[in-house]
Amino acid sequence: MKLIRTCREVTALALRAEDEALPLGDRLAVMLHLPICKACTRFKAQLGLMRAASQQWRRYSETLGETASED
Amino acid sequence: MMSADFSSQLESLRPQLLKYARLQLRNEAWAEDAVSETLLAALEKPQAFAGQSQLKTWLVGILRHKLVDQIRRNSREMSLTAEDGEDLDDLLFKPDGHWAEMPADWGDPEQALRQAEFMRVLEACVDHLPGQQGRLFMMREWLELDTTEICKVLGISSTNLWVMLHRARLRLRDCLQAHWFTGQVS
Repeated sequence: MKLIRTCREVTALALRAEDEALPLGDRLAVMLHLPICKACTRFKAQLGLMRAASQQWRRYSETLGETASED
Repeated sequence: MMSADFSSQLESLRPQLLKYARLQLRNEAWAEDAVSETLLAALEKPQAFAGQSQLKTWLVGILRHKLVDQIRRNSREMSLTAEDGEDLDDLLFKPDGHWAEMPADWGDPEQALRQAEFMRVLEACVDHLPGQQGRLFMMREWLELDTTEICKVLGISSTNLWVMLHRARLRLRDCLQAHWFTGQVS
C-alpha cells in the first residue's frame, strides 16, 4: 500500500469520502497528505462548505422556497 | 370535508414542487407526474396533514417518495442519457498530479450560507449539471439516499456511481467558484 499520494489522488479520495467510508489505508494516506498540502486542505474545506450548503438547501426547499429573501 | 382553502394552498405550492421534481428527474413529463401524484396523495389524505406545522414540509416529504417511484419506473431510460465524458480532473491537475492552480479560500461557510442569494446560485449550479450527473447528485444530496440504494434503484455499479458523483461535485465546485466566490471574497 502506497502511503504517499499525489494531490490528484488525494482529491479523488476526498470526493469519495463524501459518499462512502474510505478503506483504512486510504484514510491514512489522506491524513498524512493534508497537513503538508495547503491546496488539498483548501479543497477539503470547499467540500465541507458544499456539504453544509446541501444540508441548508434541503431545509430551505422545505420551508422557505421562493419567498425567502434577506437582502 | 375538503376546504377550498386547502386546495388553493396546494395549488400555490405546485410551482415549487415542480421545480424540485424537474431538478431531480430532468424530464418534464415525469416531473409533472410526480407532482400530480403528490398533490393527489395530499388531497386523498388531508387528515394526514393534521398537526404538521408546515404544509410545504409535508408535501416535500410526499414528493420525495413519488420521485423515487418515478426514478424506479424510468431507470432504464435514465441510464440512456448521453453522458458528456469530459473530466475536469485533467484541467485541474498537472500531469505529475499536482494542482494546476491553488484552490481558492472560500472563507467562512456561515457567511455564505446565511444568504438566500447563495441558495439560488446553488440551485442554478445544480440545474446546470449534465442530466444523469444531476440526477445522481440530487438523489444523494436532496433525496438523501445512500450509495447502495442509488445503485439498486438505478441498476448501476458502484464504480459507475462513484465516477459520476466525482464529476458532479467537481462541476458544482467549479460553478460555485465562478458564480459566487469570485468577487465575493476579497
